[in-house]
Amino acid sequence: MIYRRAGISFTRYQDERRLWKLPTDRWAVIVIFALLLVAPFLVDRLFVVGYLLPLIIWSMAAMGLNLLMGGAGQIHLGYGAVIGIGAYASVHAMRAGLPFELAMIVGGLASAAIGVVFGAAALRVKGLYLAMATLAMQYIVDFVIVQVPAISGGTQAALSVPRTSFLGIAIQGDRAPYYVALALCAVLTLFMLNVRRTSFGRALAAVREKDYAASIIGVDPFRYKLLAFWVSSFIGGMTGAVLAVCYYRTISPDQFHLDLSIQLVAMVIVGGLGSVLGGFLGVGLILFAPIVLNQLIGLAADQFGVAIPTDLRAHLPLMLYGGLIMGFLLLEPLGLAKIYSNIRNYLLVWPFRHARQ
Amino acid sequence: MDMILLLELALNGVFVGLMYALLSAGIVLIYKTSGIANLAQGALAMMGAYTVVVLANSFGLSMWVAIPLALAVMFAFGVALERVALRRMIGQPVIMVIMLTIGLEIFLRGVIPGFFGAAVKRLDLGISNAPIFVGELLLNRAILIGGGVSLGLILLSILFFNSRFGIIMRAVSDNQTASWSVGIRVERAIAVAWGLSACMATTSGVLWGATQGVDWSLSLLLIKALAIAILGGLDSIVGVLIAGIIVGLAESLATGILDPIVGGGTRDVVASAIILLTLLFRPHGLFGREHIERV
Repeated sequence: MIYRRAGISFTRYQDERRLWKLPTDRWAVIVIFALLLVAPFLVDRLFVVGYLLPLIIWSMAAMGLNLLMGGAGQIHLGYGAVIGIGAYASVHAMRAGLPFELAMIVGGLASAAIGVVFGAAALRVKGLYLAMATLAMQYIVDFVIVQVPAISGGTQAALSVPRTSFLGIAIQGDRAPYYVALALCAVLTLFMLNVRRTSFGRALAAVREKDYAASIIGVDPFRYKLLAFWVSSFIGGMTGAVLAVCYYRTISPDQFHLDLSIQLVAMVIVGGLGSVLGGFLGVGLILFAPIVLNQLIGLAADQFGVAIPTDLRAHLPLMLYGGLIMGFLLLEPLGLAKIYSNIRNYLLVWPFRHARQ
Repeated sequence: MDMILLLELALNGVFVGLMYALLSAGIVLIYKTSGIANLAQGALAMMGAYTVVVLANSFGLSMWVAIPLALAVMFAFGVALERVALRRMIGQPVIMVIMLTIGLEIFLRGVIPGFFGAAVKRLDLGISNAPIFVGELLLNRAILIGGGVSLGLILLSILFFNSRFGIIMRAVSDNQTASWSVGIRVERAIAVAWGLSACMATTSGVLWGATQGVDWSLSLLLIKALAIAILGGLDSIVGVLIAGIIVGLAESLATGILDPIVGGGTRDVVASAIILLTLLFRPHGLFGREHIERV
C-alpha cells in the first residue's frame, strides 16, 4: 500500500547497509524531523513547551535506559537517580563558571562514575540482585542529595540554573531550549541507531542473550556489562543536564525520586526493549496517556453527572503505568515497537501476504 | 550516650525487625519455590491491610471476623495472581518476571488507594496505646505484640517446611523437573506458595497498620523486606529471622544515634545501605546457598 514492495530485496550491499533501508522510511524520517523543526512556528508555544519538549528530553532518557535494559539485558531501577546526579553535577559545574557544553560532559561523567560503582557491586551476581542494588542506589542518592546542603542548596531549597548558551546560542525563551534539546536528541538517536551495528553493540546483545555463552565466544560479560552501565549512565547524566537547563530551570531533589525511575522503566517496557523507535513511542504513551485519560474521565463525569472521587483521579497515572507494564509484559513483551513492526511487515507486502520473506 | 535509651532503642529495634521479617518471609517463600523475587510484596501487604479495613468498616464486621476473611481473600488473590500472570511468564528471562512484579506493585499502589481512599485509616486491634514498662525501659505495646506474632508465624513456617506439604515445596525448590517426574504437582506447590505469601503479607500489613495506620505508605515496607531477604540469603527462613533482627537493630540504632548528627532521614537509607554492603561483601547473604550455574 504505502510501501509497494514485495519483501525487501536489494541489489547492492550499500543498500542493505543503510540505516533506513526503505525509501518510505527515509522519507518518513525526513518529514518527521522537518515537522519537529518547524513546530515552534506552527503550533502554540504551550504545546511546544508542555508536550514536545518533555517528549524529546524523556526520549533521550528512555534511549539511555534502553541501551542498558534492552541492549545489555540489565535491569535498572534507579535511573532517576542517575539523571539526578547528572543534573546536579552539571548545574554545580555551570555555577562554578563552566560553559554548558563542558558542564554536560561533567554531568555525564559524574553519573557514569557513580553508576558504575553501584553496577560493579551488583554485577558479581545475577539479574535479580541488580534490581535490588539499583533500587538501593535510588534511595541512597536521594538521601545524599537531600542531606548534603552543599549539593541540594539546603533541604527545602531549589537550585536555580544560571543563564547559559549552547554553541553560541543563548538558552532562553521558548524556542532556543527546544532546538538545543532537539539537536542533542537527534545526535543521540543516530548514536543509538548505530551502536547496535558496532562490535560493542553486538557484544552487548551476546551478553544479553546468555552471558556464559558470550564468555565462551570470547566476550567478557563482566567488562561489557560494566561498559553498558558506563555508557547508559553517561547518557543519563547528559540528559539530566539537558533536563535542568532546557526544561526545569530550577532543580530540587523531589524531581528525581523513585517515581521517575519507575516511569522510565515503564516507558522502556511499553515502548519496546531494545528499540530506538520504541523509546519515542513509549515516552509518548506514558507521558500523555494519563493526561488524556484524566480529561476523558473529567468529560465523562460532566456528561453523565457522575462524581469521580479525587483519590481515584489522583491515582489514575499509577494504575495506568502498572497496568500498561503488566499488560505489555504478558501480551506483547516487545512493546509498541513490535506492534508497529507487525503492522509494517503486513503492509510491506500487502496485498500479497504469501510474498513475505 | 544514655545506656537506658540505647537498650530501649535496641529492644524496640529487635521487635520492629521481626515485623519486617514476616514480610520478607513471604518473599523467601516465593523465591524458594519458584526462583522469582516478588517485588510486589509491599503492595500485597498494603492490599491485605486495606481489605481488613474495608471489611471491618463497610460491612461492619468485627476485627476477628474481618482478619480471617481477609486472609482467605488474599490467599485466593495470591493463587489467582500466580495462575493468571506469573505462570504465563515461565521460560521468560528473570528480568521480565521481576518487571512484571514491579508493574503489579505500581498497579496495586494506584488501584487500592484510588478506589478505597488515600487518607490514613485506623485499624484498631484493641491494643492499648499505653507503653509497657520493663524496669526503666519503655516499650511500644503494638510493636511488642506485632514482633511476637511475627516471631511465632516465622517459627511456624519453619515447622511448616518439615510437614508433608513443606517437603513437597522443598523438593520443588530443589529441582522442578525432578519433582515433576516423581509425581509432585509443581504448579500447585508454586500457587500455594503465592497464596501463603500473600497471607503473610496481609498479616504483616495488619500488624503495621495497627501501629501506623493504613495507607499507601505500607507498600514502602518492601525495601526493608528486601534488605532482610538479601542479607538472610533469599532462600533461608532462618536467615530471615536473624537478618530481620539485624536490620531492625541497625535501623533503630541508626535513627537514634545518627539522626541527631546528620539531621534526620537515616531510617530510610539503612535498608539500602545494608543491601549494598551485602552485595559487596557477601552476595549470597548470611545463609543463602551459592548459586551454581551449569552450562
